[in-house]
Amino acid sequence: MADNVNNWLNDHGDYLYRFAFARLRDTHLAEDAVQETMLAAIKSNGFKGDSSARTWLTGILKHKMIDLQRKQFREQPISDLIDLDASDTSMDDLFNQSGRWLDKPQTFNMPDNALEQKQFLSVLDGCLNKLPKKLRVIFLLRDVHESDNENICKELDISATNAWVMLYRARMGLRKCLELNWTGA
Amino acid sequence: MLTCKQISQLVSQSLDRPLSWSERVQLKLHVLMCNACRHFKHQLNQLDIAIQQLKNETMLDQTIQLPIDAKTKILQAIELDKKSI
Ligand SMILES: [Zn+2]
Repeated sequence: MADNVNNWLNDHGDYLYRFAFARLRDTHLAEDAVQETMLAAIKSNGFKGDSSARTWLTGILKHKMIDLQRKQFREQPISDLIDLDASDTSMDDLFNQSGRWLDKPQTFNMPDNALEQKQFLSVLDGCLNKLPKKLRVIFLLRDVHESDNENICKELDISATNAWVMLYRARMGLRKCLELNWTGA
Repeated sequence: MLTCKQISQLVSQSLDRPLSWSERVQLKLHVLMCNACRHFKHQLNQLDIAIQQLKNETMLDQTIQLPIDAKTKILQAIELDKKSI
């Protein structure tokens, strides 16, 4: 059994870790997710060989990442997060009383070569790290849920409206941060 | 008429849920007339693409590896788990 885990870790450990890190952007959370995946994999005996071990393990990892996210949401009720954010007026700073943009969005100068692309992604990474953790994770994990919103809400036990508000705030934060920090080359 | 603030919320939600017919029409008309919201919509599309690129880049980055001590910790956790059964 431990042999199995050893093999899995040798063959797929780095891949699973990168998959988790790409979405959690936190080394400890990513390690936890891989550990939970191995514990679940060894118990399930579910590997039938009709898919590759990597595909099978990645499927388990996705569930474990959602579990981790759900736990985070339980520890701090979502209402706290929303209230907390509502009291900070950063969103109101973007629009005037009649709902018009105060600071009109500009088009991004998207990178047009490999070097710029690298710089751009590193700016984006920095912007992601500035977001509150929960907003970052709900935004980055969108692609591991069965993609539609109903599922995200069911899996996280939050209302659709709350999910939309959080995703909106994540996007507003990121685009503002990119506008400020990415001027193009 | 929806304000830019409301439109910006719709633009964001259009990436998370199917909009209703009337929402789609209002969004389309507004964006035709309003540069700021058109840029905003473009920004969110670019953001989605960039996020996907960042994930792809992470997946290809061979220097990102499961740390050795994490691996040891996992194997220990499995041993412990086995004993507890
Ligand atoms: Zn507008």
